[in-house]
Amino acid sequence: MLSLPPVQKLLRPKSVVGSDVAKEVTSPVLATEAGPPTCYSALRADELRPLAAPKDEGAASTGQPPRHDDLKEMLDSNKDSLKLEAMKRIVAMIAWGKNASDLFPAVVKNVACKNIEVKKLVYVYLVRYAEEQQDLALLSISTFQRGLKDPNQLIRASALRVLSSIRVPIIVPIMMLAIKEAASDMSPYVRKTAAHAIPKLYSLDSDQKDQLIEVIEKLLADKTTLVAGSVVMAFEEVCPERIDLIHKNYRKLCNLLIDVEEWGQVVIINMLTRYARTQFLSPNQNESLLEESAEKAFYGSEEEDTKDAKAEAASLAKRKPYVMDPDHRLLLRNTKPLLQSRNAAVVMAVAQLYFHLAPKAEVGVIAKALVRLLRSHSEVQYVVLQNVATMSIKRRGMFEPYLKSFYIRSTDPTQIKILKLEVLTNLANETNISTILREFQTYIRSMDKDFVAATIQAIGRCATNIGKVRDTCLNGLVQLLSNRDELVVAESVVVIKKLLQMQPAQHSEIIKHMAKLTDNIQVPMARASILWLIGEYCEHVPKIAPDVLRKMAKSFTNEEDIVKLQVINLAAKLYLTNSKQSKLLTQYVLNLAKYDQNYDIRDRARFIRQLIVPTEKSGALNKYAKKLFLAQKPAPILESSFKDRDHFQLGSLSHLLNAKAVGYQELPDWPDEAPDPSVRNVEVPEWTKCTSREKRKDKVEKPFYSDSEGESGPTESADSEPESDSEESGSSSSSGTSSSSSEEEDEEEEEGGSEEQSEDKEGEEEEEEKRKKKKEKGGPRKASPRSVGSEEEEEAEGKKVKKAAGPQGKKGHAETSSEEASASESSSSGSDSGTEAPTVVEAKRRKVIPSSKAGPKEISLLDLDDFTPPPPQPVPSSSIISTSLVTDLEGLTLTDTSLAPALLSPAFGAVRTYELLHRMAGEGLSVEYCFSRRPFPGDPHMVAVQIQISNNTDAEVKSLRVSEPKLLAGMRIQEFPEIESLAPGDTASVVMGIDFCDSTQAANFQLCTHTRHFYVSIQPPVGELMAPVFMSENEFRKEQGKLTGMSEITEKLTLPEKCRSDHAIVQQVTSAANVGRVPCGADNEYRFAAKTVTSGSLVLITLEWREGAAAQLTVNSEKMVIGTMLVKDIIQALAQ
Amino acid sequence: MIHSLFLINASGDIFLEKHWKSVVSRSVCDYFFEAQERASEAENVPPVISTPHHYLLSVYRHKIFFVAVIQTEVPPLFVIEFLHRVVDTFQDYFGVCSEVMIKDNVVVVYEVLEEMLDNGFPLATESNILKELIKPPTILRTVVNTITGSTNVGDQLPTGQLSVVPWRRTGVKYTNNEAYFDVIEEIDAIIDKSGSTITAEIQGVIDACVKLTGMPDLTLSFMNPRLLDDVSFHPCVRFKRWESERILSFIPPDGNFRLLSYHVSAQNLVAIPVYVKHNINFRDSSSLGRFEITVGPKQTMGKTVEGVMVTSQMPKGVLNMSLTPSQGTHIFDPVTKLLTWDVGKINPQKLPSLKGSMNLQAGTSKPDENPTINLQFKIQQLAISGLKVNRLDMYGEKYKPFKGIKYMTKAGKFQVRT
Repeated sequence: MLSLPPVQKLLRPKSVVGSDVAKEVTSPVLATEAGPPTCYSALRADELRPLAAPKDEGAASTGQPPRHDDLKEMLDSNKDSLKLEAMKRIVAMIAWGKNASDLFPAVVKNVACKNIEVKKLVYVYLVRYAEEQQDLALLSISTFQRGLKDPNQLIRASALRVLSSIRVPIIVPIMMLAIKEAASDMSPYVRKTAAHAIPKLYSLDSDQKDQLIEVIEKLLADKTTLVAGSVVMAFEEVCPERIDLIHKNYRKLCNLLIDVEEWGQVVIINMLTRYARTQFLSPNQNESLLEESAEKAFYGSEEEDTKDAKAEAASLAKRKPYVMDPDHRLLLRNTKPLLQSRNAAVVMAVAQLYFHLAPKAEVGVIAKALVRLLRSHSEVQYVVLQNVATMSIKRRGMFEPYLKSFYIRSTDPTQIKILKLEVLTNLANETNISTILREFQTYIRSMDKDFVAATIQAIGRCATNIGKVRDTCLNGLVQLLSNRDELVVAESVVVIKKLLQMQPAQHSEIIKHMAKLTDNIQVPMARASILWLIGEYCEHVPKIAPDVLRKMAKSFTNEEDIVKLQVINLAAKLYLTNSKQSKLLTQYVLNLAKYDQNYDIRDRARFIRQLIVPTEKSGALNKYAKKLFLAQKPAPILESSFKDRDHFQLGSLSHLLNAKAVGYQELPDWPDEAPDPSVRNVEVPEWTKCTSREKRKDKVEKPFYSDSEGESGPTESADSEPESDSEESGSSSSSGTSSSSSEEEDEEEEEGGSEEQSEDKEGEEEEEEKRKKKKEKGGPRKASPRSVGSEEEEEAEGKKVKKAAGPQGKKGHAETSSEEASASESSSSGSDSGTEAPTVVEAKRRKVIPSSKAGPKEISLLDLDDFTPPPPQPVPSSSIISTSLVTDLEGLTLTDTSLAPALLSPAFGAVRTYELLHRMAGEGLSVEYCFSRRPFPGDPHMVAVQIQISNNTDAEVKSLRVSEPKLLAGMRIQEFPEIESLAPGDTASVVMGIDFCDSTQAANFQLCTHTRHFYVSIQPPVGELMAPVFMSENEFRKEQGKLTGMSEITEKLTLPEKCRSDHAIVQQVTSAANVGRVPCGADNEYRFAAKTVTSGSLVLITLEWREGAAAQLTVNSEKMVIGTMLVKDIIQALAQ
Repeated sequence: MIHSLFLINASGDIFLEKHWKSVVSRSVCDYFFEAQERASEAENVPPVISTPHHYLLSVYRHKIFFVAVIQTEVPPLFVIEFLHRVVDTFQDYFGVCSEVMIKDNVVVVYEVLEEMLDNGFPLATESNILKELIKPPTILRTVVNTITGSTNVGDQLPTGQLSVVPWRRTGVKYTNNEAYFDVIEEIDAIIDKSGSTITAEIQGVIDACVKLTGMPDLTLSFMNPRLLDDVSFHPCVRFKRWESERILSFIPPDGNFRLLSYHVSAQNLVAIPVYVKHNINFRDSSSLGRFEITVGPKQTMGKTVEGVMVTSQMPKGVLNMSLTPSQGTHIFDPVTKLLTWDVGKINPQKLPSLKGSMNLQAGTSKPDENPTINLQFKIQQLAISGLKVNRLDMYGEKYKPFKGIKYMTKAGKFQVRT
């Protein structure tokens, strides 16, 4: 059976039957594209040898059927092993691209075979050939229909897969039915397969669209991660315009995203990008100054904006403040972790989402991830670099720190080199141009000439964009004119021409030099460029120009067309400026041109003759000939070819090709007015229904890795929940129901509040008013303390809250209290979507606040603004709070709940700067530092130290960085990012974080420049080791009660004359230590609270002012050392 | 999405085709061949080619072009990344991914491809799942299959597909439970003529080979996680845990996988373990040039540098080179002009050097640029960034696994400009 057929068989002519089959086979679908399948056959009888079943198929090429007999026989046999063997050979044929269609009847019989591998291979065959043999394919349908009912989910799924893959129009109704049924299958895997089947059916019969959309709608509501990616893919292929289907699923998709498999993530992210563009407002539209400065402050490292805070506030008040939709924020936040994916496509998808959707200040996060992809395969690099090139035009700053990652290696493929060059050019600016040019110098000597040409153009672009280096570049390019390689010279000429156009007068030397080149250089474009230059600036080189024309006239007939045209041009211009010397030459050239083969040249000659040579008939234009020819021409702008490519969605095929690809969905523009955000609200009943139906499964299928906030629909459960906890409770319906319905409006406002609160008083008040109104209407509402916090806050605060909030039950309150009462950057996202009772309390409480709110808010406004190094005179926080207000606040806390202290943003005393490196010791480099008293963004346990470096030398200082920290055990340091270079006279300000471990030990480290190392140390005053917290009076008392005995330190003091006002006292204390004021009922008592940064232990300060100058200071703290030192410091401050 | 896939070998033969939708004629590859001809070298073939009706996206690996045909808009990286995944899967299945291997296992290849995509959309790309669906061919299994009539194809849905840990198959059993982690760091650097570093950075990966029974939950912590500036994870790593505690916590896939790749923050200075002294001279108007290079250790933290290999692409004008190495072997290919010197270990007492002369083409002037020297080397038991694994703990299972950690530093793209 298995023996190979004799060779003679191979040679036997094709039988009649066989050729008939072959004809039948050419289905209309194939005919267009593939041609008759037999055309495959001609070649490769022997090439097949390495394949599994060699010689028989080899013959299939020459004359088909006879040797397939044995295959048919094997397929008909009873033995599975024979069938399998036969099927393997057949599949090998298919893989090789051979025609095996005549075996169709024999194969299709085995569709019901018990052996699963045979079955699989039969499926492979069917899918490949069913389209061609539709009638026969129908024989197999009943098997699949049976398969759809199989108890094994894998069999159900694969039956559906094959059924939907055989492209036979007759079975459309059957497919439709099967898909509908599978869409509500128990097994998510089968549902996934159903989602996959949708686009298949759609491509087969687009009339089914409406029905398919119904199925898609149903599957979109599916809550398993397995289905999500596939159904969105189906959505994109079938009905990408039905954006309305997404509304209800938006939040779910965002939350599931992290658990969806990687390919699904890409599709979902791309779709959500489009969705967000239609539903949200542009985060950059207002470009509100305040917002920007707030962002900056958060990211810390950027140079500070030293604009007047008041002016900003005023200007903002006029505009309507932009408030990011919480759903918009949700998307940004949930996609961010995916930048860490190992899958380049996912990273790119997130990157484009950020590029298109995120506020300017946040886009930066993607740069690092994109640069990482440059380590990947060269194809990935190619695509990423294209996108980076586009991004780097719009947002140059983003990639500047990674400049060196784009340096070119000699082993890079040329196409990568050229793209990197593009990016380097886009990134060039005044500060880094010198390094870039130095790098370019090495590139120019490369052996890869295409690359050299591109480099020269890049130099040209740098020169046009950066005036400072124009002369340097020009000189460099002129030197290249003497290069041995003609291509290099030619390219330089072309670029020099463009540069000279910008300032021709100064460069007649160069023009002369170039004139000489006409003798040698042969590249037409270069010759033409030189001629044009000489013609254009013939007045600067009056002696040479006619001579060049003479030479060119001589060689005119041998020139390329483009050169000839320029010769005519030159002649005409010379005639106009210097007709005495060039009249004859011009005549001669024009005569030559008159009889040229090229009609362009003939036309040009005729036209010019009429224009410049005065005859009696010549028209009015003659007078203006000079103006026409020697008009001032605008200098060309050398632009990147990637400019404006971002109107295509980044990461898309269309963007890469810079042309619209089939099926490309335009990225819509931002709407002017935000569409109703409530469309994304999900009604409660729906949720409960779903959960009850799927409760069990949910337990099992619960996403694994989305931690707490990922799971329960739109609600964000507390960040601070321990992971294990959240895994159990996350998707339980309770949290969903309690919050989802009421939350939205709430969320919106609160989101707004939290974002603006610290920035914008007016906005705040508006917000407040709205809130009040709502409350009047709605009565007490269900709770949902803020769920969607802005990202920054979360990062910065997440940890603190964890600490601060303590046991779960308290959290809700901590939350509200902090939010209401004050100046804080509002603590974060943590929220246990609480029980009903406290909520009512909360609602009541809210009513009370507004009146008192304005005060504290104002403080926060100031706080945020004075991050700038020379701090304006901020008013210490509590001094503003009038006594009445304090009592008001006190009233708030009367409820008998114990409130966990929440961290406040720092109150401000005058910021003291310390010297880190004196100008003399630092050889011209002087460094100062101050404690900015803001939470350090990277790590809440660190004290943020703002460092200001000024370069007083007259040379550039490069690569400033921190190195070799020598720290005591437990101390940590977060260096500031290296400063590439600091120009003479410049000042840079950076922020670094130091975890002092609550000790006043100095942190020693080296400050390095490219040449020197300086040993420096930062020793914190004890007052800087803490951060203010908010507390109520009751709380304060309670905590104080706990910290008595050993932890209490009391000292008497006398207050000097000038320090006897409320204002002065508060100011002195807050300047000595980073503490927050605590309201106090008594008139002559001042209370402050803070928490040490590292361990979070409370530090409570009480100052009792008695008669006259006498006062008593009490500090309560677990950390006795800190307490003692603090007492000393405060007394000293007050005594001043 | 992905319509068809063609595999093309170095000589331009299409040796495998697979269609996920209607058949696309292989004549579409002509556009590809055209582009291939235009590009002088294989790696210069543009990865995306636009033809009138299709787009061809290709990757080039193991001397094979994997050309995907698509018809509509799709993120190009999506396709490229998928193609790379296909190659990785083949490699995982057959040990090597070569034309011969693919041809020998064409049926398995076809079955795998069939599972990986459905209608052009990736279905199962996790190798743990694929291996459950279609078992990789081994000699033993082939024998057993022929005797018992069992098949290579699983008839149950791989448990991973539905579980919360889709990358791990269930029912894993080992008699020896072992987990090995290789911390491999690569130094990418460009060193300029004078020996100063233009750019240098460290990229590292942690490759794991985990053979543990059941469902182990591992945590891996570092002594100095702050070194890691930018990281990308295998999907199994819990991101939140990393964010908050800088601990890698994960349920590993079974077998080999890449747990983490990282980039060491640029603020840290990179120690360059070797230096190259070079003296390459082309003289104008002379047909002889001088060539001399010496390799020596620089900052090696007391470890030996081994596996040193020097390659350099000489300019076209070089006809031949007569060189004598103080150790190792060298080859100069007069056709491609590629000089390769396999140095081996560096002995600090006696530095390896390669000296001699070059025969230059008479009459040509000296080349603009001296050749760049590419360096490869290995240092065992050292992670040059100083990264150290603190501990590895296992939860969820009772047995005591054997744990091993290995460090290695390698040269990545290490170039010396001369």
